[in-house]
Amino acid sequence: MSEFRLSVRHLLGIKDLTEADLHAIFRTTREFAGILERPIKKVPSLRDFTVANLFFENSTRTRISFELAEKRLSADVINFSASGSSVSKGETLLDTVNNILAMKVDLVVIRHACPGAPHLLSRHIAAQIINAGDGAHEHPTQALLDCYTLLKHLGRIDGIRVGIVGDIRHSRVALSNILALKKLGAEVRVCGPPTLIPSTVTTLGVTVEPSLDRLLAWADAVNVLRIQLERQNIKYIPSLREYARHYGIDRDRIQKLDKQILILHPGPMNRGVEITSEVADSKQAVILDQVLNGVAVRMAVLYLLAGRS
Amino acid sequence: MSQRVLIDRRRMELTLLRLAHQLLEHHPRLAGCCMVGIQPRGVFLARRLRDVLARLYPDFELPYAELDVTFHRDDLRRSSTPIVPESTHVPPGFSTEDRVVVLVDDVLYTGRTVQAALSAILAFGRPRSTELLVLVDRRRKRELPIEAHYVGIAVDTLDHERVLVRWPDNPDETDLVVIQSQRHV
Repeated sequence: MSEFRLSVRHLLGIKDLTEADLHAIFRTTREFAGILERPIKKVPSLRDFTVANLFFENSTRTRISFELAEKRLSADVINFSASGSSVSKGETLLDTVNNILAMKVDLVVIRHACPGAPHLLSRHIAAQIINAGDGAHEHPTQALLDCYTLLKHLGRIDGIRVGIVGDIRHSRVALSNILALKKLGAEVRVCGPPTLIPSTVTTLGVTVEPSLDRLLAWADAVNVLRIQLERQNIKYIPSLREYARHYGIDRDRIQKLDKQILILHPGPMNRGVEITSEVADSKQAVILDQVLNGVAVRMAVLYLLAGRS
Repeated sequence: MSQRVLIDRRRMELTLLRLAHQLLEHHPRLAGCCMVGIQPRGVFLARRLRDVLARLYPDFELPYAELDVTFHRDDLRRSSTPIVPESTHVPPGFSTEDRVVVLVDDVLYTGRTVQAALSAILAFGRPRSTELLVLVDRRRKRELPIEAHYVGIAVDTLDHERVLVRWPDNPDETDLVVIQSQRHV
């Protein structure tokens, strides 16, 4: 029962967290993961706490995961999704949120297509904020659950080699993962079509590896990103078939290796594009374990932030 | 800072023996009992008691778990320092269903930790009854109607005093229960 406060009041991005914050979140996550194994999976920690889930962008897994985490902590929950709301009548983000906050909400979980939307909110409203994905910027809880999954399966993060494959340019999962892994002492290499790798990525302390086979031979774990069809207004890749041939992870590539590597995917998967079904459903893939850990990680973040309110 | 010793090493051995025998007096062969040590400091007392019981009666079975009650506390948003939990160790298959649960903690003070523990153990079944064993009872300081069934020592303390229980990992060091006064008297 150590006395510890997160260094932040909001979770806007991994960028703002310290290494001590990350370790405290993982330690708390481990306890919540234990609670999720019990017959009664609920604790009363946040029974006097109200959370609003504001999803201005589509989401299945993240929204359900947050909602379940909030309910397991006994918080009161209200859900909002942009479709069918007054947003389509022209209301601004601040007005929408202020109207919801007028109903005495303590914490807002927000997903928005605009990078920086949670940061804007944090400067204008009194409630605490968790970023559940802002455009192509950050998705901190996804990075936390990916790192926790690595920690659980590999026993440590310091010194491990992690490859991130796919659309690095448009991926908030990639950015948050890189920031978290570097803070925790992992080595990170990214791999993908040159058009989808920003030239500035090396300033984050990662290396670009053009060959997927070389990346797989080097890595202890790979995080396979989804090709974001909805963010491809310009053609960054000639075709999905070509992408699958050069950057898709299939059984042959995995069998060539002389070791077992861990395969992560933040979902939703495009089976047959970035990953084949055989690999996705194999024992090396911990994709469903990531989903399970997601609830425990979000419980930990909510719990630790509530202690700072 | 002044310090008063309540229990030294020799007395600690006697106190642990007495507590173990009081448990046996109430529950012959410890039948139907289980023990739950409360994290972080109750587990040291619970482990010692188990050692004593195992030495005296090696064939008595006492299911044992270590429980962190942090998530069940009622002061998360009131205390200035939120609490990162210690580990809960509950062996697979551990159940409190229809058992006598003996909660073990080092110091009973306001009673709020015990209240959280009573809430936390409900996740493991419905106990037949729940009892409380503590090493030190700080009397007349309760904020809740909670009392211990088995008490190592009961003391009257002032608000500025702290009761410290030291459980050294090093066996050569002396176990001690002391009262420290924060004020120079």
